[in-house]
Amino acid sequence: MQKSWRHRFHLPAVIGTIPMILVALGVFVIGIGFSVLWSFTSSKLFPTYDFVGLAQYRRLWADNRWLVSVNNIWFFGLMSITCNMVFGYLLAVFMDQRIRQEDLFRSIFLYPFAMSLIVTGLVWQWALDPNLGLQEALRNWGWSSFSFAPLVSAETALYALVVAGIWQGSGVTMAILLAGLRGIDEDIWKAARVDGIPTWRTHVSIVAPMMKGAFATAFVLQCVGVVRVYDLVIAMTGGGPGIATSMPAVYVIQLITVRQNVGQGMAGATMMLLPVLIVLAFSGILLWRRNRLREAGA
Amino acid sequence: MRYRLLTAALAATATLQFAGPAAATDLEVIHWWTSKGESAAVSQFAKAFDNDGHGDRWVDSAIALGETARSTVMQRVLGGDPPGAAQFNPGRQYEELISGGKLLDLTDVATAGKWDEVIRPKAIGSACLVDGHWWCVPVNIHSNYWAWYSKPVFEKAGVPEPKNLADFLAAAPKIKEAGLIPFAIGGDGNGWQIQLLFQDMVTEALGVAQRDKMYTTKSAEIAGSPEMKGVFTQLRALKQFTDNGYANRNWNDTTNLVITGKAGLQVMGDWARGEFAAAGMTGVKDFGCMIGLNEAKPVVSTDGDIILFFKQNNPDVEAAQKRLAALLISPEVQVAFNNAKGSMPVRGDVDMSTADPCMQKSLKAVEDPANIVTATNRFITENTNQQLNELVAQFFADDSMTADDATAKFATIIGNSD
Repeated sequence: MQKSWRHRFHLPAVIGTIPMILVALGVFVIGIGFSVLWSFTSSKLFPTYDFVGLAQYRRLWADNRWLVSVNNIWFFGLMSITCNMVFGYLLAVFMDQRIRQEDLFRSIFLYPFAMSLIVTGLVWQWALDPNLGLQEALRNWGWSSFSFAPLVSAETALYALVVAGIWQGSGVTMAILLAGLRGIDEDIWKAARVDGIPTWRTHVSIVAPMMKGAFATAFVLQCVGVVRVYDLVIAMTGGGPGIATSMPAVYVIQLITVRQNVGQGMAGATMMLLPVLIVLAFSGILLWRRNRLREAGA
Repeated sequence: MRYRLLTAALAATATLQFAGPAAATDLEVIHWWTSKGESAAVSQFAKAFDNDGHGDRWVDSAIALGETARSTVMQRVLGGDPPGAAQFNPGRQYEELISGGKLLDLTDVATAGKWDEVIRPKAIGSACLVDGHWWCVPVNIHSNYWAWYSKPVFEKAGVPEPKNLADFLAAAPKIKEAGLIPFAIGGDGNGWQIQLLFQDMVTEALGVAQRDKMYTTKSAEIAGSPEMKGVFTQLRALKQFTDNGYANRNWNDTTNLVITGKAGLQVMGDWARGEFAAAGMTGVKDFGCMIGLNEAKPVVSTDGDIILFFKQNNPDVEAAQKRLAALLISPEVQVAFNNAKGSMPVRGDVDMSTADPCMQKSLKAVEDPANIVTATNRFITENTNQQLNELVAQFFADDSMTADDATAKFATIIGNSD
């Protein structure tokens, strides 16, 4: 037992990570603890310790805007993660064809990710604004019946957000998956070719399963991005028109700052934490099982 | 008149002298007066404070959009770094700041300046006078009950100028045919402009007494009445006459559509008049104003702006805060500020003979207490206010939501409000 502890933790490494551990404990654990605590109180503008049980959660789930936000995040998440993975993989395959100017293309595809979402979101908003952007430009060029204004209609605004999210996220997915693709041994491709397996089949059945790690990394990054999506919404629609593009993070910030309703905002924040905790617990269990199996095997 | 003005000015100067030893102090003031007319108005405050003879300096912190500015102030207060002063609207937005002991007590300045005598109507003063102490300075009276229209647009469409909302709805199709936007509105900031319009329509439909009863008794019954459904139906009718660029537009860009003759009519508070004035328009032949939504029943609401002062642990800063508080309400500053802003001064003892025809209408209406509508914010908290914003904005944006649905949701929000 003693030996395995020494084996796992090197003293210098432990000392080196102490500041990080303290920050993580202080900021995350204590911060999250207070969020959860205040979600059970009647805090309005100032945090108080007047406990009201689950009342804030009841109000939260009765609030139309929260329900719309939760629906939106599911739609936004499913659409943008799926499309990002697919487009990211296709782009990575395309980049892997030993094309000329690869560095240039890689920069172009990564650029949206490198810039602040507030900036890119604003550019999208201007481009899609019916009086400033694409619609007005095409009308001025003579196509006077052209109509394209997705952000101003409650039915289409969310799709516009998804498109912007894909534009922003597929580049980084491409970079991760490209690294994974490059890690595949050239001999595997040769062997597959000798066996006469079509290229698409090699991708689907051999290469993709070998890139599990790269896919998992890209997927987790996407998920985290979706749960906390805030700046894109604020810059592009401000949650509107009406409340059509409200998201949980937007809702929580709005309740805490503008609505002066800290208790209910914290209840929303706690609900946002819940799926993250479930995913963490799930992956923790998987990891633990795999380690046990490995130990049993060894 | 002259004489009274002079004595009031003297009284104000006297308070300045009492306020403390001369010490040059920078005072940060957070506000959301960012449009052309508004910044012209706020610069009157800055100019007066910079030249008050104590070497004080107005440090301007203008943050666009009220809800953003207010939440910045709240975060700074919670973080222990409050600004010197901040703009708010009279109502319940700052009740927790008072009960939490975050505000500077201005009672001595108010007593010296006889605020309880000079401020009219009493309803404006009562926003700041809580439990016998003065916690803020009312600086103007804004009425939310106005519609502004472009005379050239109505002329071009060949329709008579509107006298009430029904007139306008009848004329709107003609304006649309003429290739212009009949109804100008903006949907920024969680839809507050749409709610302003909505509240005007509620008062018009229910009448002042019934509307006050609904908000004070949180009556879900009145909120769910057929009259309210009528309001939502009419709101949907107005939506058909907007342009599709409304979603994220702010109020002054919207006003600009009316100023430039691209749109027919906008329902907005009288701060819009400041925009017309800043554009060099006088209101005689280029734009018209409809008081309330019905000229036959003029109403004026006691909305407006107040300035809060935050407790600081520095006696020099505190003295400067009190100097500014006295200055804001002094007659000359009131006249200069309100003429640029489009609002009415909070004191009745100043000369407003230079006011334009629209302002004259409201000065006349405010004389009869029956015409005065209490600001909605006095009844509801910011939480409820934002819920209403969301409901009205959602209804306006989403054509699949029925008037029955919206009325039911409105009744729930009012019934559950605190």
